[in-house]
Amino acid sequence: MAIPDKRMTESEVIGELRSGMTIGIGGWGSRRKPMSLIRELLRSDLEDLTIVSYGGPDVGLLSRAGKVRKVVSGFVSLDSIALEPHYRIARQSGAIEAAEWDEGMLLLGLQAAAWRVPFLPTRAGLGTDLPTLMPELRTVTSPYPSPDGVADEPLLAVPALHLDAALIHMHRADQGGNGQFLNSDLYMDDLMAMGADRCYMSCEQIVATEDFPKFGSHHTQRISRLMTAGVVERRGGAHFTECPPDYGRDEAFQKEYAATAKSDEAWDAFRAKYLDVPEADYQRLVGIGS
Amino acid sequence: MSNEAVLEDGAPTRAEICCVAVAECFRGDGEILANPIGTIPMIGGRLARESFEPHLVMTDGFAGFAANPLPPGADPADAVLEAWNPYPQMFQVLWNGRRHVMMGGSQFDRFGNQNFVCIGDWRQPRFQLLGFRGAPGNTINHTTSYWVPAHNAKTFVERVDVVSGVGNDRAAALPAEGGRFHELRRVVTNLAVLDFETPDRSMRLRSLHPGVTVDEVVAATGFELTIPDSVPESRLPTDEELRLIREVIDPAGLRYTEVPRD
Repeated sequence: MAIPDKRMTESEVIGELRSGMTIGIGGWGSRRKPMSLIRELLRSDLEDLTIVSYGGPDVGLLSRAGKVRKVVSGFVSLDSIALEPHYRIARQSGAIEAAEWDEGMLLLGLQAAAWRVPFLPTRAGLGTDLPTLMPELRTVTSPYPSPDGVADEPLLAVPALHLDAALIHMHRADQGGNGQFLNSDLYMDDLMAMGADRCYMSCEQIVATEDFPKFGSHHTQRISRLMTAGVVERRGGAHFTECPPDYGRDEAFQKEYAATAKSDEAWDAFRAKYLDVPEADYQRLVGIGS
Repeated sequence: MSNEAVLEDGAPTRAEICCVAVAECFRGDGEILANPIGTIPMIGGRLARESFEPHLVMTDGFAGFAANPLPPGADPADAVLEAWNPYPQMFQVLWNGRRHVMMGGSQFDRFGNQNFVCIGDWRQPRFQLLGFRGAPGNTINHTTSYWVPAHNAKTFVERVDVVSGVGNDRAAALPAEGGRFHELRRVVTNLAVLDFETPDRSMRLRSLHPGVTVDEVVAATGFELTIPDSVPESRLPTDEELRLIREVIDPAGLRYTEVPRD
């Protein structure tokens, strides 16, 4: 077997990104987010980023740290805490630009990018305030009658969400960048990977290619190395978001994080303790591997 | 807990009447995905399936369809999984239309335009709420009902700040029958059941929960609600429905976290 070796460190991955890029982040809410890559991004001097995400603490942290110009999302939530407090503050203070799409529209935008078409049509958004508030959303008139025979139907044309880079987190991967998910939902991680110029994948564990079947059926091997430019092995890489069956969400830590929205002092203390430190120190502090 | 036992043998509570009113929203739906979001909606949906609407499909709250009546908040590991339905698949189902969702909302107008995006100007909101989430795609593609656990004039307003869920006036105004898959069925609240069975498809008082007056509902509604000459009482649970709610679907009494005991 001639599997390439795409192993990288978090800092090598973030070193390939540039300010002003559009970056897709996999996962959903506070679920299986590539958090060790996000933490490395927070340590970098990158800024002016456009983030595309089914948002969770990835969006909150990057917004709070001033890394973000614009967020394109279907929502930003911590799941057990319905509203992401830092995103909420960033929206209410006008610190960031936002495109808040329907959740399904985000899927279509990513799919369009993955297929290299300029848009995909949908009825989602018609009749709502989405097209008025976000004038980049246009409609098209269908050149064909619909399956139920309606002619000239206007549909919302969801623009392709082309990504300069995508960051995703898988349970297992091989050194060539094939990835395996072991929880109940891939979310849109495959679309993120295919819609990006370069997709970087962290994983809980790098395994030999022939060992994937030890962890799950072939249906779980949904990320092909065709889609990935680099792979980072990081146990606990999704902490504090959930990554079952390897681990659940660290709810106590998430509460501590959410409470930092209360004051600048609280955020500064959190940042100094958990973010302005090497990943190994973070992992020790939060008890990964203990 | 002895007090609990006495109450549980007693007359139906307001929360239980709400569960039945929710269940009634799904009557006649047959074999579709009944997707109620929230505690009382989930109990009501499961009640419908355990009684008069047995072929409904329902989620385990995560990435699957569960054949068994899971209590709200149950571990998905306890689900009898009848099909895998992760998020990408859920969008397939809802764009296909075989779904009836029950959502919440922070504001509604008389045509059922719904807002849970934010309060104030969207460009820089006074209060950021959920964003658009699934409301645009849901409302334009399949049947939608709403659950409002605290009926008041801040929720039922003349004008919503942002339209995330499409109301009847906007659906009717779409060209080329663009709103043909749109259907707002009911709005169930802690006080009453509302529907849209009026000539202009605006909101109407359908039934009052026992003990609630028309004046109370009118005072708690910030727009002009159509009030029929005679307003029936919301249906009481049958003995079997009470048994299902109390013993099978919600033995922990989570319904009272949304609508407290009378």
